[in-house]
Amino acid sequence: MGGETDGQPKGGMMADPATRLWEVFVRARNGLAHRHAGSVHAADAEMALQAARDVYTRRGEGLSIWVVPSAEIVASDPSDKDSLFEPTGSKIYRHPTFYEVPDEVGNM
Amino acid sequence: MPTTSVTVVETPLVTTLLALADDALILGHRTSEWTGHAPLLEEELALANIALDLIGQARALYQAAGELTGHSEDELAYLRDPPAFRNALIMELPNGDFAFTIARLFFVSVASDHRWRSGLAEPALSAVAEKALKETAYHIRHAAEWLIRLGDGTAESHRRAQEAVETLWPYTGEITEARAAWLRAVTPVLDRATLRQPNDGWMQSGGRAGRHTEHLGHLLVEMQALPRTFPGATW
Repeated sequence: MGGETDGQPKGGMMADPATRLWEVFVRARNGLAHRHAGSVHAADAEMALQAARDVYTRRGEGLSIWVVPSAEIVASDPSDKDSLFEPTGSKIYRHPTFYEVPDEVGNM
Repeated sequence: MPTTSVTVVETPLVTTLLALADDALILGHRTSEWTGHAPLLEEELALANIALDLIGQARALYQAAGELTGHSEDELAYLRDPPAFRNALIMELPNGDFAFTIARLFFVSVASDHRWRSGLAEPALSAVAEKALKETAYHIRHAAEWLIRLGDGTAESHRRAQEAVETLWPYTGEITEARAAWLRAVTPVLDRATLRQPNDGWMQSGGRAGRHTEHLGHLLVEMQALPRTFPGATW
């Protein structure tokens, strides 16, 4: 990120309206994993956490929040789709559809 | 000319409840004015959340005052005239810029935290106080972190934050029952924000006695217009 023309800290809110993007993960209940909820703009980690709380947990959705700088996420290349994912298409025996899951097992 | 206004007979407890309720309602209304104008969508929701916390606190307190006076919460909020409002003057000041809004929220929230803590031991307040304490803790956190970033941010944000602190300081006397405790919480944040703490001097007052700035009347005209124009309106 640029914009450090007058020696001001990087990500200074008023200096740079294009604040950093953060991905938000919210855990709704104990025992569940954090799930991606969306993203927020914020100048730094603390403000990102607060923004995530204010945007994504307004209706009691959360017990815990993670925020991660979007730029830190390593994503697969869409053009690799065929080589990465196509080979699994012919391996139906990997799906658990041949088993009956008893109701008592619950949330799998 | 007929009037829709109500007059409330105030015992000391009723006055206490109304002062707290009016503080929360008026600051909640001011904060809600940012809806549609905040610098970031994220901050817009943050301020709306805070406004709703405050208006929720006001409702609970009006209901408590209503049980003692026979007035509904709507009557107390919408049908009293400006001199009957018991809020501190700092609540009714116009929002100004973002720095002013944040500095005020910080100063008020620190004072509220103290008030709710002592309210825990007061039968008429304990239920409201217990809920409000958690909300206020977040208001302090949000406002303090912003104030630190504005004060220790750019030259422009520092100038605006310093100006806000100077303008607001004389209005803080009316909200601090325990000045020393308030200062103990405020000073470290101002220090981290590299903001100069004004000296305590002459303080504004009068809000608790119903002597308000010109701004309250304008605020109430807008806030009360609908119930006064269409008495008993529902939706």
